[in-house]
Amino acid sequence: MKANIKELTKGIFKENPVFVIVLGLCPVLGVSTQVSNAIGMSAGVMFVLLFSNIIISALRKVIPGSIHIPAYIVVIASLVTITEMVMHAFVPSVYSALGVYLPLIVVNCIILGRAEAFASKNSVFDSILDAIGMSIGFALGLTLIALIRELFGSGTITLFPMGNFGGGINIPWFYDNPIRVMALAPGALLIMGYLKAFFDWNTSRKKDK
Amino acid sequence: MNKPALTVSSSPHLHAKADTASIMWSVSLALAPASLWGVYVFGLRSLLVLGVSILSAMLVEYLLGRMGKESTLWDGSAFLTGLLVGMNMSPSVPLFIPFLASAFAIFVAKWTFGGLGANWANPALAGRVFVFFSFTTPMSTYVNPRTLAAVMPDGLSGATPLGFAKTALAGGTLGMDSNGLLSSAGYPATGFAQSISQATGFSAYSIDSFLGNVAGCIGEVSALALLIGGLYLLVRKIITWHIPATYLLSVALLSWIFGGIPSGLGVFSGSFFPSMFSGGLMLGALFMATDYVTSPISHKGQIIYGIGCGFFTFLFRYFGSMPEAVSVSTLLMNVVTPTIDRYIVPRKFGDTKELRKKQKEAKV
Repeated sequence: MKANIKELTKGIFKENPVFVIVLGLCPVLGVSTQVSNAIGMSAGVMFVLLFSNIIISALRKVIPGSIHIPAYIVVIASLVTITEMVMHAFVPSVYSALGVYLPLIVVNCIILGRAEAFASKNSVFDSILDAIGMSIGFALGLTLIALIRELFGSGTITLFPMGNFGGGINIPWFYDNPIRVMALAPGALLIMGYLKAFFDWNTSRKKDK
Repeated sequence: MNKPALTVSSSPHLHAKADTASIMWSVSLALAPASLWGVYVFGLRSLLVLGVSILSAMLVEYLLGRMGKESTLWDGSAFLTGLLVGMNMSPSVPLFIPFLASAFAIFVAKWTFGGLGANWANPALAGRVFVFFSFTTPMSTYVNPRTLAAVMPDGLSGATPLGFAKTALAGGTLGMDSNGLLSSAGYPATGFAQSISQATGFSAYSIDSFLGNVAGCIGEVSALALLIGGLYLLVRKIITWHIPATYLLSVALLSWIFGGIPSGLGVFSGSFFPSMFSGGLMLGALFMATDYVTSPISHKGQIIYGIGCGFFTFLFRYFGSMPEAVSVSTLLMNVVTPTIDRYIVPRKFGDTKELRKKQKEAKV
């Protein structure tokens, strides 16, 4: 059981998909302009990753080795299509904000990477834990970048409207003087680079001890 | 211990006294005339902007020095970066902008990549471009110099001649060169420049932008003051002529040949001298593009670099959408510098074409 827990927690910090194994950066850099987009994207990735891991690990003895990649793509593409339709129907604002990045989950390296590296070799239960851990790690990384970018780049934090709460928080000084570069492409690369440097430094410091 | 009568050492035996600090302080000294002129025409507010940029650059450098092992606070590089950042600011910017620009210059452009000597981009330019694209409105809102304020009609407040010509062009005024555009819309010139203009035949606007009687960033307005500083650096052999001369001439030539096209005048009808004196070109060509760290080492490479800077400056100026030609094109060429250095290798001493031919034949 302890080994199983490890499959769950490794994705969050030790093998964080964004900062350590650096996979699936296209949505990380593309949709991290608003926190709400980041959460929507993370939810989509979590759904696809979880079910693709389940299906692929369940079928791991059925899929012939020579066409395993096309088989994975069929599974992932079906799941992405489901996600896209569901989002289009129930959260149209998030759907339009994510734009092309939503169908691009098909070619997201985290999902194919976990299918290839983990689900095709491990049991269904372990694959579920791995998928949950990885998607939490992805969600944390993406939301962290989006939070920093939105805070500095537009001076707001956009969440989903709930009850009296309208969904947007304005940060006093930054709202009037947004550092707009942070909301543009260079901001994404800068934040990504500094966070990765910080995590690498943290890991190497722990190793030295 | 007895010292030997003769000290035996390997060559070279002659050393120049130049080190990082002396070069940095000399460049800062060379920038003094232009900054003093800026402070004179734009008032004390611009001195405050300069002070904030210099102090924040040095503060960030000091804090980063505290974090690391060695302190490079007093080698002048942070002072120079701060001064250049300040000279690239409009006199009316809110004070947090020079602070952010200096902090970005020192922290992101310089320190992150390994400190002075390892930065791929000119820190001051990186800082300027960062704040320019973040706070475009305050960065491109200018005030009139005191020498022009008396003759400036209301409603034309604080437009640089380049920006003004561009707005007029975008408004659909075709068939006129930049002088025509400026005068038809009533852009003023000082009486002094007008009298010289009548005597020599040069346009009054070129003379005003040469002397520094135009709106613009604190340190970029006076081409004359910048040229004095540049000459000082040339005489001290801190910079060579290769980058500034090729940069300025390529912009002037290209502007003369193709600069008339956006106005519908055809080729060979652009302006030669005004293009050299306007905008941040003189500051960029003499002090920014010549930064040791981010420009090629060999003279041949420097000429390619200068022409590249000039070509992109011309393109951005006449066909770009942002009033940000010099800094962006210099940053672009900063990126290319390692490639230039890799492919343009200076000739080794004693190496000739015949020798290499012989070696090749011997190998075959």
